[in-house]
Amino acid sequence: MDASLPPAIEVSGLTRRFSDVVAVDSIDFTVAPGEVTALLGGNGAGKTTTLSILLGLLLPSAGSARVLGHDIARHRYRALPRMNFTSPYLDLPHRLTVRENLAIYGHLYGLSAVKARVAKLARDLQLDSFVDREVGKLSAGQKTRVALAKALLNAPEVLLLDEPTASLDPDTADWVRGYLETFRRSTGATILLASHNMAEVERLCDHVLMMRAGRIVDRGAPQELIRRYGRRNLEEVFLDIARRRGAAAVEEAAQ
Amino acid sequence: MTTATPTLWTAPSVLSLRRILAMVARYVLLLKNSWTRIFELIYWPTIQMVLWGFISVFFRQNSSWVAQAAGVLIASVILWDVLFRGQLGVSVSFMEEMWSRNLGHLFATPLRPLELAAALTTMSLIRTLIGTVPAALLAVPLYHYNIFTLGLPLIAFFVNLLIFGWAMGLVLSGVILRYGQSAESLAWLAIFLLAPVSAIYYPVSVLPWWLQAVAWALPSAHVFEGMRAALFDGTVRFDHLAAAAGLNALYMVLGILAFLFAVRLARQRGLFLQMGE
Repeated sequence: MDASLPPAIEVSGLTRRFSDVVAVDSIDFTVAPGEVTALLGGNGAGKTTTLSILLGLLLPSAGSARVLGHDIARHRYRALPRMNFTSPYLDLPHRLTVRENLAIYGHLYGLSAVKARVAKLARDLQLDSFVDREVGKLSAGQKTRVALAKALLNAPEVLLLDEPTASLDPDTADWVRGYLETFRRSTGATILLASHNMAEVERLCDHVLMMRAGRIVDRGAPQELIRRYGRRNLEEVFLDIARRRGAAAVEEAAQ
Repeated sequence: MTTATPTLWTAPSVLSLRRILAMVARYVLLLKNSWTRIFELIYWPTIQMVLWGFISVFFRQNSSWVAQAAGVLIASVILWDVLFRGQLGVSVSFMEEMWSRNLGHLFATPLRPLELAAALTTMSLIRTLIGTVPAALLAVPLYHYNIFTLGLPLIAFFVNLLIFGWAMGLVLSGVILRYGQSAESLAWLAIFLLAPVSAIYYPVSVLPWWLQAVAWALPSAHVFEGMRAALFDGTVRFDHLAAAAGLNALYMVLGILAFLFAVRLARQRGLFLQMGE
């Protein structure tokens, strides 16, 4: 990470309302190039909404979100070829094979050598044994790896991951985390990870943004947060914040 | 720390033929891998052609009007199906993305809405040809009627009906994007609202005067009037063809605008992550 470089992700006063519900409430944060940052929070904290805005799938009600220097609400096509994502709320067409799906997305991202790229990802992500099988016939773990392959097709400079190991067995989840660590080390990509898996966040992330009810209620490195709250691990910090216990939670409530 | 290699992607362009063709390939592969979808494409035009073919046989013996031009009803059925398949080809391909929960993926790639619209219309052409050509060929041995004897005017009729179908399909895709699965049945029903005023099986003059005004605002009515002129009088009514083309240009622009508006609305309301099978 180089602090002198402009941030890969820059969010300022970002707000998103759905009728009376404020899903994201005036949040500010930056993610430096090459940094892995977690959006940590319970269900309805605003993590997925924030990622959707960063992808240009959702327009903000107020504030701005910039990715790789581009205002994503107005100029998303300048950033989209250089970023990618996974989401548990989306799927790839079930009737197409893994190879067909990846090839289609390779063309959509304008890759120069689609076949070779798909073959490399199939090797790296161990998709070879089912690369010519229809996506609809894969297990949850296999589908997750395929989704990850889709997300890595364009070797993204910014990778947004929404609960990348949700619904996976511990072995597959561990394998995915290991692969993401390798990918980050080898490419220096910036990763923003939405999760409520504390072990995952502790293992992968340099920085954590704790979210509750659409707001960032605390932030810091995982070990720093654990120290500050006087807890043994991030899960206990999470519970403190979720239940408004602990020093920082008390301070936040006082503000 | 190094950054990801930039050589893997090319600079985004406003309109990319490659991305359009990638989306066409996506739909062709879907079609190729599903016999039920191909069967469904051929099923309705064939069933309609068979049904109306027999009606036509009946009228040929009982109606002096129909007897003046053999095959007028069969030609009407086949051309009506061009309009219906043209519209359905756009709407169904779009709904495939909703059913597979893939829209969010697509709209987070460099694919532009206009490129998706171009891919949908290309796919509509392919689906319409798969659906209507076998039906038209089947009419030759069954009823000794060959619609291809219409010659060049047939191409003009086909193109005009197809484009009107595209415009309708884009509008309906926008409505389905906005209202979700509950609006899907519109894809199969909406076009039939236009059937009575499209003057498919009878001249526009049969309609009440106020419906005639509506009919003349539709490219389909001009096409079917042109078809009857070609079949009954052997003449090409360039006035009708020009009116159909002009109206189609207008409706196509409106269709594209409606589709783009719906995509914008989906981004405002967060619809891309909320739809699935």
